[in-house]
Amino acid sequence: MTDDKRLETILEPERYELSAGPLYCFELDRREFFQLMGCGLAVFCLTPRAEGAETIDERSFAAGQRQPAQIAAWLHIGEDGVISVYTGKAEIGQNIRTSLAQALADELPAPFDSIRMVMADTRLTPYDAGTFGSQTTPRMSPILRKAGAAAREALIQLAAERWGTGAKDLKAEDGKITGPGSKSISYGELTKGKQLMESIAGDPEMKQSSDWAVSGRSIPKVGACEFVTGEHRYASDHALPGMLIGKVLRPAFLGASLKSADLSAAQAMEGVTAVQDGDFIGVAAPDLPTAEAALLAIKAEWTRPDSISSKELYSHLVSTAGRSDGAKESGSLETGFSAAAHTLEAEYTIAYIAHTPLEPRAALAVWQDGGLMVWTGSQRPFGVQEELQRAFRLPPEKVHVIVPDTGSGYGGKHTGEAAVEAARLAKAAGAPVKVIWTRTEEFSWAYVRPAGVIRIKGGVAEDGSVAAWEAHNYNSGSSGLRPMYEFPNQSNVFHRCDSPLRQGSYRGLAATANHFARESFIDELAHAAGMDPLAFRLKNMRDERFIGVLTAAAERFGWKESKSTPERGFGLAAGFEKNSYVATCAEIEIDKNKKRVRVVRVVEAFDCGPVINPDHLNNQIEGMILMGIGGALFESIEFANGNLTNGRLSQYPVPRFKDAPAIETVLMNTQGIYPAGAGETPIVGIAPAIANAIFSSTGKRIRSMPIQPELFA
Amino acid sequence: MAETITLNVNGTDRAVKASPDRMLLWVLRDELGLTGSKYGCGEGQCGACTVLVDGSPRRSCITRLSSVAGKRLTTIEGLAQNGELHPLQQAFIDEDALQCGYCTPGMIVAGAGLLMKKPDPTVDEILDSMQGNVCRCGTYNRIVKAIQRAAKAMKEARP
Repeated sequence: MTDDKRLETILEPERYELSAGPLYCFELDRREFFQLMGCGLAVFCLTPRAEGAETIDERSFAAGQRQPAQIAAWLHIGEDGVISVYTGKAEIGQNIRTSLAQALADELPAPFDSIRMVMADTRLTPYDAGTFGSQTTPRMSPILRKAGAAAREALIQLAAERWGTGAKDLKAEDGKITGPGSKSISYGELTKGKQLMESIAGDPEMKQSSDWAVSGRSIPKVGACEFVTGEHRYASDHALPGMLIGKVLRPAFLGASLKSADLSAAQAMEGVTAVQDGDFIGVAAPDLPTAEAALLAIKAEWTRPDSISSKELYSHLVSTAGRSDGAKESGSLETGFSAAAHTLEAEYTIAYIAHTPLEPRAALAVWQDGGLMVWTGSQRPFGVQEELQRAFRLPPEKVHVIVPDTGSGYGGKHTGEAAVEAARLAKAAGAPVKVIWTRTEEFSWAYVRPAGVIRIKGGVAEDGSVAAWEAHNYNSGSSGLRPMYEFPNQSNVFHRCDSPLRQGSYRGLAATANHFARESFIDELAHAAGMDPLAFRLKNMRDERFIGVLTAAAERFGWKESKSTPERGFGLAAGFEKNSYVATCAEIEIDKNKKRVRVVRVVEAFDCGPVINPDHLNNQIEGMILMGIGGALFESIEFANGNLTNGRLSQYPVPRFKDAPAIETVLMNTQGIYPAGAGETPIVGIAPAIANAIFSSTGKRIRSMPIQPELFA
Repeated sequence: MAETITLNVNGTDRAVKASPDRMLLWVLRDELGLTGSKYGCGEGQCGACTVLVDGSPRRSCITRLSSVAGKRLTTIEGLAQNGELHPLQQAFIDEDALQCGYCTPGMIVAGAGLLMKKPDPTVDEILDSMQGNVCRCGTYNRIVKAIQRAAKAMKEARP
């Protein structure tokens, strides 16, 4: 793959991930900064686009000016040797609190335990667009590495001045600068009494992955002890004196607006504040039962918008297809199809599914001194801040959003509904208010992964090479639509459609749907060409890393020795997304009644470049295989008459203990490049691998996610 | 109507003024400040709210206060003893059996309840007893290993 093509793939627009908003501004001047932080050395990292355009120096602070806005992260080395790193990224279970600290520990270098990550706080940390798109490792991690490298050079310079020696004779290691004649001084000692500010000028050289000492090791999760003891406080666990519990009245139908409401009975209840503001109706009460009773006492009438049911979903999507992003074409389809010995067409459907993060949306809000402070679980702390600014017409400095390490997101926590609701109720009640969404609210009023219809037409030549490839994705999205295979003549089109449900980001987003369709269809082509699915794929691959993951997974799995029976099937799939490669092999069992598929064994090979934390990466991959099994086998949001019909955990099955297959991973650990993110791509291979395994066992081709058992019965 | 009800939580009697109909989870969290037990679904389907009642795992989100008065309650906050983690808490760290950690208190309490009844559970027994606990991050295989590891550690620690 050429560099241009790769770049285009990486930068492929994510339809549902919002772009950056206003940039962050610090309010502190230099003196205040060090008063707050204590003496030491501070290093500011500019965002890549600001590098070279602006530098931060002492003058800009001395003049009392605000810092330049385009800061991506910064770190502070204190007199006590504690290294504090400030980043707007949020920890949601992907373990970046650990992996980012590993990156910095390598670069300084410093003991891992001396690093303290301060994250996701709109007052303390620089602006960040959000924790999504597998961007923390490829974007934030090198920024911190460069900050570490700049700090290292500054510390060496300080030691050189102190000792009157040349900087080139000095070495930074393990939190100390050492020099000739067993000279040694700790970073903290070096910065004592000093107020030093550095910004990264130019491009300090980062260590090669082969020289990493802390990255590459399975450092245990930072803060694990607080999680296993229940001490960690998620947003929903925070409380303030005088805090009230808030509840919001939800519309009777999806998309409904308020016709009329009578809040008088709720308002008459002791201790209850009931608010109506436009279509928003909510209550705040001293305890949950009172809040629930007050909500029940409100009489409201809602409009009933026209709606379709999930049974009509796919025809609705295709029939409302409007603007497309234009075909991404290469070669000539006409030439390709005329050269094909076999031409096939197929349609695949992908249901809406719910993220179901175990911590539902929650927020605690308090107003003080005309400003607003909110604790909430989110992947976009600054996005929530912007929502609050808009909702209450406040300047950014009046809105402080704190995101404690969050009870997962999977792309489902990009929005700030609970924060806005808690803030509105707190404003009315004149007291802190906490809102925790119920699971039912989370199902109905959050957003879902887009459903989609994918149509593919493909032609395969006599020798097994794919001569023509034409793919249309309706609604689910463009990410991962373009094949990583060498198809000389291809066209890929994403069509925007009317979505009856509120839809948004999801782990891997459309790449899961597009890989399901593509990898299933490639199996269909292989079958038409009379070739083994592995050999057929390899015949159409050129990219070495793509070939590498597929070969590694097939070998570990024992693909050649795997012979399907009516009760047992074997399938594989390969993929590329967000600059990482994956290949998945699955073994499935089908019960005697042909009603149930069980995934018994999965081997997945993954190449995201050099591995930062092998155990945490394995944990992510295993988790994504489990999450992917849900979407492949049974998850589907159903709706009719303006409401969900399965919006409860008792009605919406998610993967459980007995759904977990034996999982083996192969980490390719490719060196010589900067690592890609790893929280999404490993999910894309499991669904097509399962569908292909069902075909190998039953001869029935599955073209829907989730798989409908009646299709192969 | 609110009544004063005495709960024995983690070895200490705690008086709470609340309606006997209230669900235990919210009394623990909102009245006693024990926020380790989590809300996940409100219908006993996910196990994030699991506590031990006289040693047996119960879903506190669907357990009425009146049904546990005078019984021995153990929450995640009560598992560590004298500053030392319960072997299963330690095993969760050692096996990296968590990601976001939100299901973890319920998982550990449910697992600790199992180990009290069956000190050396088979894999099938672990799966059967943990099937009602959901981990959306998908760390199930690691949790099974953590329970096995804790069982082994507890066996070795017995005289």
